[in-house]
Amino acid sequence: MNNSTPKELYSSMLRIRMVEEKISKLYSEQEMRCPVHLSIGQEAVAVGVCEHLNNKDIVMSAHRAHAHYLAKGGKLKSLLAELYGKSSGCAMGKGGSMHLVDLDSGFFAAVPIVGSTIPIAVGVAWAFKMKKSSNIVAVFLGDGATEQGVFFESLDFASLKNVPILFVCENNFYSVYSQLDVRQASDRNISLLAKSHGVKTFTGDGNNINQVSEIAKEAVNYIKTNNAPAFIELETFRWLEHCGPNGDDELGYRKKGELDEWLKRDPISNYEDLIIKNKQLIRADILEIKESINNEIDKAFKFAKGSSFPELDILNQHIYKD
Amino acid sequence: MRELKYADAILEATDFCLSDDPSVLIVGLGVPDPKGIFGTTIGLQDKYGNQRVMDMPLAENGMTGIIIGASLNGFRPVLTHQRVEFALLSIEQIVNQAAKWHYMNAGQQNVPIVIRMIIGRGWGQGAQHSQSLESWFAHIPGLKVVMPSNAYDAKGLLISSVEDNNPVIFLEHRWLHNTIDNVPSEDYRVQIGKAKIVRKGEDLSIVAHSYMVLEAIRCADILKTKGISLEVIDLRTIRPLDNELILDSVRKTGRILVVDNGWIHFGVSAEIISLVSESIFDKLLCPPQRVGMHDSPSPSTRALAQYFYPKAKNIAKMVCNMLDKNLDLNILFPKENLPTDVPDPSFKGPF
Repeated sequence: MNNSTPKELYSSMLRIRMVEEKISKLYSEQEMRCPVHLSIGQEAVAVGVCEHLNNKDIVMSAHRAHAHYLAKGGKLKSLLAELYGKSSGCAMGKGGSMHLVDLDSGFFAAVPIVGSTIPIAVGVAWAFKMKKSSNIVAVFLGDGATEQGVFFESLDFASLKNVPILFVCENNFYSVYSQLDVRQASDRNISLLAKSHGVKTFTGDGNNINQVSEIAKEAVNYIKTNNAPAFIELETFRWLEHCGPNGDDELGYRKKGELDEWLKRDPISNYEDLIIKNKQLIRADILEIKESINNEIDKAFKFAKGSSFPELDILNQHIYKD
Repeated sequence: MRELKYADAILEATDFCLSDDPSVLIVGLGVPDPKGIFGTTIGLQDKYGNQRVMDMPLAENGMTGIIIGASLNGFRPVLTHQRVEFALLSIEQIVNQAAKWHYMNAGQQNVPIVIRMIIGRGWGQGAQHSQSLESWFAHIPGLKVVMPSNAYDAKGLLISSVEDNNPVIFLEHRWLHNTIDNVPSEDYRVQIGKAKIVRKGEDLSIVAHSYMVLEAIRCADILKTKGISLEVIDLRTIRPLDNELILDSVRKTGRILVVDNGWIHFGVSAEIISLVSESIFDKLLCPPQRVGMHDSPSPSTRALAQYFYPKAKNIAKMVCNMLDKNLDLNILFPKENLPTDVPDPSFKGPF
């Protein structure tokens, strides 16, 4: 774990960015007919956390899950085919963008009811503990989820039972169009809420991959050494609209200049500059990486578009398990 | 055969499941306390330890999510609520998550959980301790809903529910906990989805579930003395519904009266009458009818509650209307002057 080279970290973030840019670009073709919540701008959190998890560790997420799915190793072809509603999708087209799954890589589920995977993730982690497994669970949640009752219920139980779970709060300051200050009291502190439940907490800059990775490493070590939960709050920012392929800054719901400030804190271009400056990569490497990712993405879209839709008999499958 | 109380049958089934499968967990507020959920969990923590048999925080929605998560990772949890209404806090996890999980991921995972909920009645239970909301749960594809009316079925259906690979809502009526039936001491299963004819008859089919089966049986036994032959069907499972058994009975009798344990509107009785009307309308000799809770929240005071909960006499009145019989029901149902807010002491079974 934590063996990722700067090249790997960079490639992983860039791949997520390029996949979502392509989704954004092709969405207007109206062939991906499901709501998409793009993570552009938030890639460092997903990559920096997931690099410290192994295949048997489990990740769960919510509506904005593409980055987490990909960072955990979820198959790109299956993701795109799912968005296109094809039977080759990760859930045969039954889930769509908001219900991703890739059991091979340990990505258990994502659901769009905000906060709802938090207790489920705690339950999965609790089961690991009961089975005396050394694996852990990481659950990604947003600032909005910390307003839900299950957030508190999950913190309490995780702490009460010393459950090996990592709560990762991506605080991007907005829930749809509602900014933090209309939803949470000004002196409310998300990570202190976790701390007051007896959960070890960490905070940091979610757009700085080195910082995210460092914190995540420490948190994962804490969980494994102490058999106890940990909580990370990382500040980051969503560049595009809440749901859909476009920007929406013109709507004026965000403070003037806020997006511009965060664009300057782009986790990927800043990291690119850093590793070039540190001579860990050269420009030619970057071009090579981009070309390789482009090829992969093109192939995956081709696969998704070329796959067939599920037949009628699938409609009645999987309602009940025999 | 050995006689056993319904609550003890639940306990025995739970004990069997714990001993039979190490992945079974029992979770619920008050599970290990001295009263043990009306006696249904007494002694289990001593026997199986506090990891497998455990109390819980007052966090119904969170705990439902947590047992769903545990079920995705190798366990078979049983969660118990002392009243149905507490489970309403967890409707999100039950309806959005547990019921749909298997479908949403195209069969890659499943959620083998049982959620026991207890329905109150009488003794001033009031609006938030006496709702029978089986139709809410039965509305949702992906859930199974079982409602045993007697100790034998309670044991067999609980074992089946724990062994089922899907989320099962297991509804127990509080007034059934002290009823007695013949219950084998060994383990056995009652199949989910199978109704049962508990009184054979020719003139009219009564379909009932949970506690109201007992009232229907009483009605049938009393009216039998007047030459009225009622067939009583105990649904036992609400979802999946045993369509064929109901339809076969109505084909024979030509009349159907549904005795609902909940409110009439938009509920189980509406569903069953739709089924019959859609399928065998031409076999009906008279319009289908139903009896259920009065269409108001449940009042606490016994002065009003006696009008809220239907009893055998209300069923008999409807039967007489449907068969065009004129009987003096006050003579036939003389015990109506007993308190109506506690279970009838003569009403213990076996039936």
